[in-house]
Amino acid sequence: MTTGSVRGITAVALAAALAVAATACSNPGGADGAGSGGKDSAVVGIAYEPDTLNPLLGYGKDGNSKIFDGLLALDENMRLRPALAAELPTVSEDGRTYTYRLREGVTFSDGKPFTAEDVVYTYTTILDEKTNNPSKGELDAIASVTARDPHTVVFTLKYPYAPFAERTVLPIVPEHILSGQDVNSGDFSTHPVGTGPYLLTQWSRGEKLTFKANPRYWGGAPAVKKFTMAIIKDDDVRATRLSAGDLDGAILPPALARGFADEDGRKTYTATTYDYRTVTLPTHNKVTGDLAIRRALDVAVDRQAMVDKILDGAGKPAYGPVPTDSPWFAKGTERRHDPVRAEKILDEAGWKRGKDGIRVKNGVRAAFPLWYLAGDRLRQDHALAYASDAKKAGIDITTQAGTWEVIEPRMKQDAVLAGGGAPADPDFDQYTLLKSDLAGDGFNNMAWYDNPTVDKALEDGRRSGDKAARKAAYDTIQRELLKNPGYTFLTHIDHVYVLADRWQGLTTQVEPHDHGLASGPWWNVEDWKPKK
Amino acid sequence: MARLAGRRLLLAVPVLLTVSFAVFAVAEASPFDPVKAYAGTAGLTASQENLDQLRANLGVDEPFTTRWWNWLGSALTGDLGDSSVMRRPVADVIGERLGWSVLLAATAFALAIVLGTCLGVLAARRRGGWLDRLTTGAAYTLEAVPAFWLGLLAIWLFALELDTLPAGGLTDTASTTVTFGEVAEHLVLPATVLALTQLPWFFLYVRQGVADALDEDPVRGARARGLGERTVLLGHALRSGMLPVLTLIGSRIPELITGALLVETVFSWPGIAAATVEAATAVDFPLLAALTVLATAAVLLGNLLADLLYGLADPRVGFDG
Repeated sequence: MTTGSVRGITAVALAAALAVAATACSNPGGADGAGSGGKDSAVVGIAYEPDTLNPLLGYGKDGNSKIFDGLLALDENMRLRPALAAELPTVSEDGRTYTYRLREGVTFSDGKPFTAEDVVYTYTTILDEKTNNPSKGELDAIASVTARDPHTVVFTLKYPYAPFAERTVLPIVPEHILSGQDVNSGDFSTHPVGTGPYLLTQWSRGEKLTFKANPRYWGGAPAVKKFTMAIIKDDDVRATRLSAGDLDGAILPPALARGFADEDGRKTYTATTYDYRTVTLPTHNKVTGDLAIRRALDVAVDRQAMVDKILDGAGKPAYGPVPTDSPWFAKGTERRHDPVRAEKILDEAGWKRGKDGIRVKNGVRAAFPLWYLAGDRLRQDHALAYASDAKKAGIDITTQAGTWEVIEPRMKQDAVLAGGGAPADPDFDQYTLLKSDLAGDGFNNMAWYDNPTVDKALEDGRRSGDKAARKAAYDTIQRELLKNPGYTFLTHIDHVYVLADRWQGLTTQVEPHDHGLASGPWWNVEDWKPKK
Repeated sequence: MARLAGRRLLLAVPVLLTVSFAVFAVAEASPFDPVKAYAGTAGLTASQENLDQLRANLGVDEPFTTRWWNWLGSALTGDLGDSSVMRRPVADVIGERLGWSVLLAATAFALAIVLGTCLGVLAARRRGGWLDRLTTGAAYTLEAVPAFWLGLLAIWLFALELDTLPAGGLTDTASTTVTFGEVAEHLVLPATVLALTQLPWFFLYVRQGVADALDEDPVRGARARGLGERTVLLGHALRSGMLPVLTLIGSRIPELITGALLVETVFSWPGIAAATVEAATAVDFPLLAALTVLATAAVLLGNLLADLLYGLADPRVGFDG
């Protein structure tokens, strides 16, 4: 190495460093890009990133996928309306045949027409055992899908399944593109093509997804031409970037959202949800399987205190999977916080307090472990509050943190702080949560709940096409849970969003447990209209 | 020289084989379940039948030795398999990200070498002077500071307090294209932080090397012949003082890789690091194995490069090692 070459390298490196520094200085404050107040663009911060954008692998199965359309879609009030179907489906007498007439003249974003074949391809590929779709169980009712003609699709079901139409919001993909690649690892996952209101311009993993309006959208070109979703997992960072003007909107925990409440030019949106937190009470545990203990815990917990203290008021007490403001809620199944009654139930059942204040019956101490997902603050807070309420009644609960890998083998014996909730139909949650023959099937029916009356009502509820009959079935279930609570439902959690006030008449849907791309005031960003 | 390189490359084969095998063995022993990781939240409502189907399709129920053997077979034909966590072929995942990681690491490395050399020479010139005391003190302090802490500090200072530089990512949140200007602006903080973590070593070595050279006979001779101070410093002292630094450059590669891992994570830089973390927690065998082998190969190459450079720079070193 000569002096000359050292000098040369030094010069080049210095020049590069200077060039970088110069660009940095000439462009101060890179944060004014988003909050420029443009009415045709929006940048929002979300906490969640999809694994894939391919609907065949599970993306967008609950609707609002932005890039794709389903046969049907859910409106603001969670009512079904036609999307790629021209009208709502016709259902046969026996509830086992659903016929959809398709909208004509719709094209995919590559210009190719959308036909019945695409629908058939989408559903059959998801159900194919070679396709790695972890949500395919939701389509379990389908026996066959056929195209009667280019604009008619017929679904035949294995058994009558009343909420089937709600499942058909799942996105339809173009057969002509996907049939030529490996469904599980092809580049459709990152370069999707759909019929929806937006086209993906870029997906920078771990950073953001950017969309541009589809000018040929069958529902009319969206007014918001550019839409960006920044993926920011940390709540504090998201709030900081929102206040720095880097974002127009974001999902925030209630406590952080309060800081934006009085700001001009920003609005806070609170979405009600089906997102519940509950404690599983496994039947195989001598303590939690005891009916008196279950009933005592059900009235010993102070749900309102949890809503006020843990959720900062952004939520509601939960008495079952159905939230109290839902039309499916059975009035009269609310539980009053009643520690005195809890004591009475336990005393009458023979659970007597020992020296340390913890109750004992037939040599069994009223004690059990309660697991929650490590790192989840919300679940930890719920678990601690639950344990402290139980302690007052003489039940000793040890809270423990763990990952699902640690928790899963213990679910049959130990209590778990679980969460869930799907708003589209009461069957979606309750069947997997309470059906006795699903006990021990993956994470379904974690509490090993076993109640023949509930089992029968679950079947009636999903088979009957009659609204009143269904309502009666789900009322029965909620009343049974009052007599024998297999879970202690604690709260339904509101989701809070803060967004720049530049558009008119924004709404939120009732939201599910999963924070997908589909939630928030931007569930229908394609319909946003700028303020005059 | 060619013999040395050839022998080293031959030696690299068993090393890489062992490393890749170890990755499969360690991943097998980890408590994470690849099927759960793949399914994510959907896995919490999936039926057992569906999960079993996934297990079979992902091929994770075979013994890890079989899986390693199959992976090796296809890797040798150029097929690195599919990444389960990214839902893409491994080759594509690495192709998309490697460039950004190399850009970050190379910029930081160049910056560290240039700064380290300049400061080292200046400090060596007046040993015990105020500049020397200041820089050496700073170097020891910096050596003790963890990279992620430095990164967070930089974000807090430049992005939040002063609002002069972006806090993370590759481009502005709202932009859809990758332009040179934006990338350069987003590169400043992570590259500087990474350079700072590498700097103390270079600086201390250069300072020591140049200081020693200044006391050697050739330098004293040059001064006696009346050559200018600058010629003496840069022509003689720096040249022999750089020798230890050259060996250091190659051997610092592993340090650079781990540093880059932390810095990329802190600054949401879309490089290999984020993918490595995801691959590890999701037990994504094909991706994890490919990334580990890649890192190992980089380390081995770095060491070889260091020896070759040393041999080139100092004729006294024989190539029989």
